[in-house]
Amino acid sequence: MRYAMAIDTKKCVGCSDCVVACQTENNVPIGYCRDWVVEVTDGTYPQLEIEIRSERCNHCDNSPCVRCCPTGASHYEEGGVVLVTPHKCIGCGACIASCPYDARYSHPDGYVDKCTFCIHRIRKGEQPACVAVCPTKCMYFGDLDDPNSAVSKVLKKRKFKTLIPEAGTQPHVYYLI
Amino acid sequence: MREEIITSGRMNPHIDPHLEIWHWHIPLYLFLGGLAAGILFFAGLYTILGKEEKFAGAVRRAPVIVPFLLVIGLGALFLDLRHKLYFWQLYTTIKLQSPMSWGAWTLMGITPLSFVWAAIHIREFFPKWKWKFGFLEELEKFFVQQKQVLAWIMVILSVILGIYTGILFSAFNARPLWNTSILGPLFLTSGLSAGAAVIILFSRTHHERISLAKIDVMLIGIELFLIVHMFMGFLASTQVQIDAANLFLGGPYTAPFWGFVVVMGMLLPAVLEFLELRKFKIPVIIPVVLVLFGSLMLRFIIAYAGQMSRWLY
Repeated sequence: MRYAMAIDTKKCVGCSDCVVACQTENNVPIGYCRDWVVEVTDGTYPQLEIEIRSERCNHCDNSPCVRCCPTGASHYEEGGVVLVTPHKCIGCGACIASCPYDARYSHPDGYVDKCTFCIHRIRKGEQPACVAVCPTKCMYFGDLDDPNSAVSKVLKKRKFKTLIPEAGTQPHVYYLI
Repeated sequence: MREEIITSGRMNPHIDPHLEIWHWHIPLYLFLGGLAAGILFFAGLYTILGKEEKFAGAVRRAPVIVPFLLVIGLGALFLDLRHKLYFWQLYTTIKLQSPMSWGAWTLMGITPLSFVWAAIHIREFFPKWKWKFGFLEELEKFFVQQKQVLAWIMVILSVILGIYTGILFSAFNARPLWNTSILGPLFLTSGLSAGAAVIILFSRTHHERISLAKIDVMLIGIELFLIVHMFMGFLASTQVQIDAANLFLGGPYTAPFWGFVVVMGMLLPAVLEFLELRKFKIPVIIPVVLVLFGSLMLRFIIAYAGQMSRWLY
């Protein structure tokens, strides 16, 4: 089993519903976010292209955060989901510094926090909150090992990229382009 | 003109607009840890070589300050933790891939060792010192007998401690400036140089001072060589590492790095120590303070500049 997410940059309108849904579902402290929207405008005026991406932890296969954690608080869960165990985290900040995506933050309660792929929802057979609320249905979630999952199907059909694969992290959030 | 404009909706405290997760605690600790490693390395080395009498400053006197350095350093590390009450989790596991885990366990070994070493040499400073309890006298006798063993452990642990202060940074490929294996040897050399400088302060014989000044000049030479290599490596690497190097080659850290670290902290003390070796009269405190200042600034600048270097936006 390998959980992954695919996000369609051609459909995303940058409404930030995913951000709000995540904050509500996961009780993210005010002023923080586990996912966020990035808008990249590229080109020479007036020939401009815009790409909108909803970004989050990439739940990498080769996670620098898991590697550098001195206590084992950062670890892999089923399906390759990268999680933090709050009562094992000492708040040293090593994993925050180690993430090339800057997907982690220090929770006001002291431990490190990040996207969990809504593992509590997946275990109940539901979709992650961000995927569930997306009004343009631009996000696909599922098991890469299952050829019939939404994410496997869309990755077969479409061209995609990952963010900074050259960092060697083997990320598992795919952007359809 | 082709342009790229990136707008991000993320504004997490200490993460955006650029990483600021580590403040003064970490570089201060890295400086104190490196300095402690330097002093203990020379103390152990001269004991093993059987030159305790000739190098009494290195073996018996300077190591007395090491427990203080390490305790202050550990205090700074503790203050840096944001989930402080769980710090003991460090000692429930050994993570071979995590430099921080290595460091925590090394400190667990070298801190008590530094206390023992300082205790068996306390009569250097208090000749009439008496332990209050009999068992402490016995313990002291035991450790004095085992001094060679202690010295060996100390040399090995101090090299690990010195090099780990650099590897702590270089293991992070997310921060291109830190992601160079030169940092380990560079911080080790800088720690040894700072250690040698402090020993010069504690030394009472001309011979010892001259020997350590020679070693220090040599170490500074190695540091300069490593710094040049670090930048050569960056400039021949990927765009993110070229950008990282440019923080020091025209960017905001240019003046502090070349001015404070290289000129004031390395070239100037090296010249002063060289002149001293040529029989010029120079107050010994000046090069020592400059070396310590350079060593501290090196860690502060690398720590802060590293957090500014990034991959994405």
